[in-house]
Amino acid sequence: MADKIVMEIARYSPESDHEPHFESYEVPVKREWVVLDALNHIKDNVDGSLTYRWSCRMGICGSCGMMVNGEPKLTCATFLSSYARNGNKIRVEPLRYFPVIRDLVTEIGGFMEKLKKAKPWLMRASNDQLTEGTYLQTPEQLDRYKQFSMCINCTLCYAACPVTGLDPVFIGPAALALAQRYNMDSRDQGAAERTATLAHPEGVWGCTFVGECTRVCPKHVDPAGAIQQYKIAAVMDWLKSFVTPRGRDAGSQAGND
Amino acid sequence: MATSPLQPWGESVEASSHDVLLIGGGAAGLRAAIAAAEVNPKLNIAVVSKVYPMRSHTVSAEGGAAGVAKPDDSLDEHAYDTISGGDWLSDQDAVEAFVAEAPQELAQLERWGCPWNREPDGHIAVRAFGGMKKMRTWFAADKTGFHMLHTLFQTTLKYQPISRYDEWFVTKLLVDDGVVRGVVAIELMSGRIQAILAKAVILCTGGCGRVFPFTTNANIKSGDGMALAFRAGAPLKDMEFVQYHPTGLPFTGILITEAARAEGGYMLNKDGYRYLQDYNLGKPEPKPVLRCMELGPRDRLSQAFVHEHHKGRTMETPYGPVVHLDLRHLGEKLINAKLPFVRELCQKYQSIDPVRELIPVRPVVHYMMGGVSTDINGATPLHGLYAAGEVACVSLNGANRLGSNSLPECLVFGNRAGKAAAEFASSHGLGNGAVMAQAADEESRLKSEFLHKTGGRERIATIRTEMQSTVEQSVGIYREEASLRAGLHKMMELQERYQDITLDDRSHTFNTELESALELGFMLDVAQSMVASAMHRTESRGAHQRTDFAMRNDEKFLAHSLLYRNFDGSARVEYSPVTITRWPPGERVYGQHAQHPDAKAVQRVS
Repeated sequence: MADKIVMEIARYSPESDHEPHFESYEVPVKREWVVLDALNHIKDNVDGSLTYRWSCRMGICGSCGMMVNGEPKLTCATFLSSYARNGNKIRVEPLRYFPVIRDLVTEIGGFMEKLKKAKPWLMRASNDQLTEGTYLQTPEQLDRYKQFSMCINCTLCYAACPVTGLDPVFIGPAALALAQRYNMDSRDQGAAERTATLAHPEGVWGCTFVGECTRVCPKHVDPAGAIQQYKIAAVMDWLKSFVTPRGRDAGSQAGND
Repeated sequence: MATSPLQPWGESVEASSHDVLLIGGGAAGLRAAIAAAEVNPKLNIAVVSKVYPMRSHTVSAEGGAAGVAKPDDSLDEHAYDTISGGDWLSDQDAVEAFVAEAPQELAQLERWGCPWNREPDGHIAVRAFGGMKKMRTWFAADKTGFHMLHTLFQTTLKYQPISRYDEWFVTKLLVDDGVVRGVVAIELMSGRIQAILAKAVILCTGGCGRVFPFTTNANIKSGDGMALAFRAGAPLKDMEFVQYHPTGLPFTGILITEAARAEGGYMLNKDGYRYLQDYNLGKPEPKPVLRCMELGPRDRLSQAFVHEHHKGRTMETPYGPVVHLDLRHLGEKLINAKLPFVRELCQKYQSIDPVRELIPVRPVVHYMMGGVSTDINGATPLHGLYAAGEVACVSLNGANRLGSNSLPECLVFGNRAGKAAAEFASSHGLGNGAVMAQAADEESRLKSEFLHKTGGRERIATIRTEMQSTVEQSVGIYREEASLRAGLHKMMELQERYQDITLDDRSHTFNTELESALELGFMLDVAQSMVASAMHRTESRGAHQRTDFAMRNDEKFLAHSLLYRNFDGSARVEYSPVTITRWPPGERVYGQHAQHPDAKAVQRVS
């Protein structure tokens, strides 16, 4: 393991730059250091204007996603030592496919709108709502959606998704996984309402199933799996609409049976 | 967002206005926002946060949330555990309200979709926790805070009256004639400085662990709300009470949840000996016993670590002395089912697998018992200003918080503060021109002291590092007069040097260096308040241990310290009595034979 490494960091300020450029910084490599520690070292000691987001430093708040040598990564969970061989460099850029506000900070307002479109809240028919106490849910029922509830909204999957790159309107992997998290929840009755958004070409059918989202997910949420489940359920619903006399069978909400 | 630029006073500052304004979008802030929206759907409610709400530090909470849930438990037992855990400094009316409402709040989270762990029959599962005599801690694996925060955030999206200012940094509370009328904030993306006026403001900014060098707290935990309130004239209560959690990973300070011990983990010294048996915490048994040994309270466990260290029975690492947390006997299956995040964090950050290896741990700053003084509805002494969650001191946690009481505290007192603020806002108006003049002054200050300043010499990181080591040396696990006095002097020096800081970054767009400078200013005020409060409390109680005053002194200090800022910028300490309802001060006893006065309590929850 080398004891120093050069970091090439994308810099961009809309107040002074027409386009991003790279600046190089040599940083010490310590065994415990993650890429984020090196960024903090630069900001504290070399250039206080280096701009990036971070908070928890334990891989759960979702703030510090960046491209590290071309791969979307949580920089608080990516160790310097894994790059510090043979005079390698580390190239750090903002997450791909997002507008850049400054340096390594992306604009995620569009992503936040997409999350809301998935209607990520528990829906019940108005005559079927508890106002006190709790719904019952067995551990097996919990297991059916638990994986999809693990998303930390870090947006790495959007930076990995080629469809997001081509079509910014595509609702994208995390939002689709979140919709499926509620659709698969035994307490939820809102799948039909979510389908209105998600059966749209910008929704689930936009996905060409490249599977990159699942590969880069730091929390093993498997958005690609969620999208596939959703497509199958939607097709089944559509097929059923031909065999059930009054159209959709109310009990066959996507993914909920 | 209801931003209607108002400039009737000829000032340069723009303004928007709301009925209720939340500062902070973690569990307390989001719960308060929903509560306010439900009190009066016509209210215009906004959440200002320096991060997107789902990044808030609630996300890092792991172990669980306490609320009586099973027939063998009672509200009185939860109350007694909380009061004795807090070494009788808790206000017992707040505790009684808390234990009664916590189960309802946790059930409400369930109805909003929180994925709580379940019994095989579908009912809520609970686990043991430190200092709790019954199993009453609801949990979502070991990512309870993460699931609670995302459930709350996702639920707020369906409430139309709730708008957000994401990534806005609040620099000042606007106060006119003793009434809080809003804030001045910087929109990080543009650098725009704006007044956000409101009829009621609720601080939900969380804690201040970053004033210490070694903490579980996220980078954003810089005590902003405490300093904002203090500068505006509200008192800070019980700031000498800082919680060290006994099990943090060395170097990173990443928390290994108390649930690891609740599931049966052992604390071992360098000889492989379960050393807690030497510290009045009971006898070791193979299985966990409630309120015993590894399930003792956090203050006592962290203090025991210091004694083990002095006896030479800890292990040295490049990042300080450690002991071991042993989970190996729990087995891979249980660890994967109940403690998956612990395993993930150990593998990722410590390169060890707790299924087969010992986890090195040491005490780490985790939680601030003190905060902005409030009543049991979250109201501060300043009209129109409320506070809830870690930023506030109700006081529920007294001299030492029990693990798994802080998440439900955010819900119970977030709900109460949200309702109280909504009612206040329904019967009060907005401020007048005086607050806009203040906002213009604040904008000038931000420009002259930071963005346009010339000639500063001090780097932010230098002052921050010196502050952190000063705080650790003066208000660490054990304190004494000489180091506290030295700490106060050093803090005054740092306050002076802070006036001489310089920024590399003078741009408007997403200026995180300006943000860091302002956070450092907040932290200096908070750190100073801790040292001052600790110096005046010449007794030992809970997490405040004075080597020069080793005993609890109820005659003099069964009282909350209240630190006020004087008009000239100096501070003064006053004391107010603790509210005792049904549990007179007693001895804190842990271990198998400890009597629990409410063990046969009749109040049951089905």
